[in-house]
Amino acid sequence: MADYLNILQKYKDVPGGIIEAYHALQREYNYIPEDAIAQAAEVFKMPKAKAYGVATFYSYFKVGKRGRYVVRICESAPCHVAGAAEVVKALEQQLGIKMGETTADGKFTLEFTECVGQCQATPVITINSKPYHDVSPDKVAGILAEYQ
Amino acid sequence: MAEEMRIVLRNYGKIDPLNIDDYLNAGGYKGLEKARSMSQLDVINEVKKSGLRGRGGAGFNAGAKWSFAYNTGAEEKYVICNADEGEPGTYKDRIIMENDPQSLLEGMAICAYAIGAKKGYIYCRGEYPYVVEKLNVAIEQAKSKGCLGDFDIEVRMGAGAYVCGEESALIESIEGHRGEPRFKPPYPPVIGLWQKPTIVNNVETFANLPLILEKGADWYSSIGAKSYPGTKVLTLTGDVVNRTFIEVPTDTTIRQVIYDFGGGIPNGKKFKAVQIGGTSGGFTPEEFLDTSIDFDSMTAIGAALGSGAVFVMDETRDIVDVIQRITKFFEHESCGKCSPCREGTKRMHEMVCRLAAGQGSADDIANMERLGRVMSVACLCGLGQAAPAPVLTTLKHFAGDYNANLN
Repeated sequence: MADYLNILQKYKDVPGGIIEAYHALQREYNYIPEDAIAQAAEVFKMPKAKAYGVATFYSYFKVGKRGRYVVRICESAPCHVAGAAEVVKALEQQLGIKMGETTADGKFTLEFTECVGQCQATPVITINSKPYHDVSPDKVAGILAEYQ
Repeated sequence: MAEEMRIVLRNYGKIDPLNIDDYLNAGGYKGLEKARSMSQLDVINEVKKSGLRGRGGAGFNAGAKWSFAYNTGAEEKYVICNADEGEPGTYKDRIIMENDPQSLLEGMAICAYAIGAKKGYIYCRGEYPYVVEKLNVAIEQAKSKGCLGDFDIEVRMGAGAYVCGEESALIESIEGHRGEPRFKPPYPPVIGLWQKPTIVNNVETFANLPLILEKGADWYSSIGAKSYPGTKVLTLTGDVVNRTFIEVPTDTTIRQVIYDFGGGIPNGKKFKAVQIGGTSGGFTPEEFLDTSIDFDSMTAIGAALGSGAVFVMDETRDIVDVIQRITKFFEHESCGKCSPCREGTKRMHEMVCRLAAGQGSADDIANMERLGRVMSVACLCGLGQAAPAPVLTTLKHFAGDYNANLN
């Protein structure tokens, strides 16, 4: 608990700093813990509902636990026509979970995302924001192995 | 054969982006030096005269925008760089920031001097943490060399909301709120960040400024199309041989972009459609390929230059399948503040899904057209107004694809 507060306090005097604070929390935990929202509301002097509203507005933030490695698959049009759906199938099969789920060992979470700005080599996936290019179903196992 | 012309990417591959000395040796910060030897008003007039128009998609004359903020006479003003590039198929701002960050900082400092601002923000999308790191190094170097004078620049991260590319939503986000657009007027150059006059310009717009100041407005305005001079950085995606980025004069035609630079359609297939300007852009069929890419020429054919994304589709692509993806995008990215967008994007996607599943009716098509027309005038911000463009333009140019899906 105290850890959240330490992180949040660093942004206390930054104008509009709650979003930067949420980024910092997410860098530490890979998600925004529910309890941290109430503390953020206190630190940034706003109602809890507002602190929660800010956190949940932005799709890059995730309130509540998720896996250590967040695998995001771009489903925007350029990745779509390049075969993103096949990559989704391969990822689901390889990890034994569906999109939106987390593996039982808490290691991987699969999420959809919109464009991540790496469209020179589609389809694109990111793992904790690191982009992987020209991903095809047969490359999936090798990429995930980097995180095993 | 058309040729590239690199103004904003003039240093691409030639300098170490993380070494400011490289930038200085390549003539960096001369534009700012020149600006500071002029009066603020002269700088604004020079930028106005150059004809530089916003590269983020709205195409507003940059100098004219600055003059609104200058004229307020307020003591506190802000310069914001919109680096929230979230338009699918677009990565030009990333290329600029990763390869020549000082060029952006210099452009922001020129704007700050002209309008009288001491503080600037770069609002960089959250998906680019690796770009944020580079920007922070570049800012540190510029500060330690004294290049920025008393102008301070801070990087703020977006967090995956496409709507924050809209300038008033972006401002809300920097203030720490949900990124919902404001009612306008007043516009940000008059009442913006923390209620102070604020100029929000795109990365590419700022990166044009150093050379405009150094070489002059007449030099710039003579390049490319008359009403939208200069160059545009384009990113080619989809069914095109060279999936790459290019910087070309704005009088280059769509055909030259796809065939001369893009190398045409792969695997001997035929061209079907191109969507320019990102996912909110209209679809353009073969008959308009000889149109120049500049802002006004594109608008005249019912399309848009937008961010400069060029998404090419070959003859095998099912337009309804692609549109289904696009309408899903807008349903997801609508911020929910105004009902024409919140409800409209949802219903539009529902109808497209019905059609894609072979269960749509002629009524659906008529309703899509009507809903699209209403949204394009009734939505609060550019997101909702532009969202129906892909639907409306494909209903017009590719009706066959829709009709083939009718129940």
